[in-house]
Amino acid sequence: MKYFGDLKEKKGEIHIIKDRCKGCGFCVEYCPKDVLEMSEEFNIKGYHPPRIKNEDECLYCQLCETICPEFSIYVTLKKEEEKGEKGESRP
Amino acid sequence: MKEEDRLQERPPIEDFLRMDRIPHIWCPGCGIGTVVTSFAEALKKSELDLDKVAILSGIGCTGRVAGYVKLDSIHTTHGRALPVATGLKLANPELKVVVFSGDGDIAGIGGNHFIHAARRNMDILIICVNNFNYAMTGGQVAATTPIDANASTAPYGNFEYPFSLPYLAEASGATYVARWTALHLRRVTKSIQEALGKRGFSFIEVITPCVTLYARRNRLGDGLNLLKYYYEKSEIQHGADTRTLDISYQGKLIVGKFVDKEKPTFLDCMNEHLGKVLGDKYQPYGVYHDGD
Repeated sequence: MKYFGDLKEKKGEIHIIKDRCKGCGFCVEYCPKDVLEMSEEFNIKGYHPPRIKNEDECLYCQLCETICPEFSIYVTLKKEEEKGEKGESRP
Repeated sequence: MKEEDRLQERPPIEDFLRMDRIPHIWCPGCGIGTVVTSFAEALKKSELDLDKVAILSGIGCTGRVAGYVKLDSIHTTHGRALPVATGLKLANPELKVVVFSGDGDIAGIGGNHFIHAARRNMDILIICVNNFNYAMTGGQVAATTPIDANASTAPYGNFEYPFSLPYLAEASGATYVARWTALHLRRVTKSIQEALGKRGFSFIEVITPCVTLYARRNRLGDGLNLLKYYYEKSEIQHGADTRTLDISYQGKLIVGKFVDKEKPTFLDCMNEHLGKVLGDKYQPYGVYHDGD
């Protein structure tokens, strides 16, 4: 993929609080990069929490964080030694 | 919040919630949590002083919001969030008053308060989460249940005409009227942010799925199906005529920002009128200038 100048995409690190999840599947369905998937394991309440499939794809859009009705998933910016100028992405 | 300020250990929204009350009581697949997150984002972006924001709720599933957010909040009796908000605003005009409640609370039980607060153009923001029934009490027919939808008090389908809330709000005199579905995350956020910066009666209706009652009784699947369905059936028409916004069962939903106008609020009118009648004897009430 080519970028203008030195711009580079942001990378996110996903944190899931599994025991607060109620397994509604909103984050899995609406992640634009298909980073998440439903897991087979059970959490403390007996729901299936999501699991991270390929975190490298995450672009720090924070959609999962906003859509989660249980406040149980959030994204932080991955710290990397970046060469390029920081791109302006959402939000 | 800047990206650097985000902590690794806990979600940024936890600053905004009373964590001793979480997990909340909402069903899996309910959209109210999503609206709360959008509201929190909007508050953060609007950079208001959080000590000067008050949030009020009535009774109902959405009525729990006032208990979950870490702002000054009042959980009032059923339908009476708006009179309390009116009193709060008049007692302390510096406050930014937000009413966060459901359709049954605002349009059903408190319908009369709603039209009168809108008529007076009180400076209040209303976020009305519409799930088409009285969810907490067991799925009874509400003032917004579409015709033909099944509810626990209408086992053969509903035959009453429902309210079209944006039309009701505009006809009563609201200065900002918008409708979104719960999946329009960024648009809800932006709309709330816009309305927070406005003076006057603002009304935002957010259509959310009710999984346990509305979806189950009408066999519409789970929360995800309903969320997707509402989003797909919605059509954005900014500035649409509010008379055309009726919601039919399984029909098209017109969403967008319908009304955005400026009008003197209740306090403006009071100050102007009494200032005119009483002259210098009258001291304007609730007028704050920057730096006061």
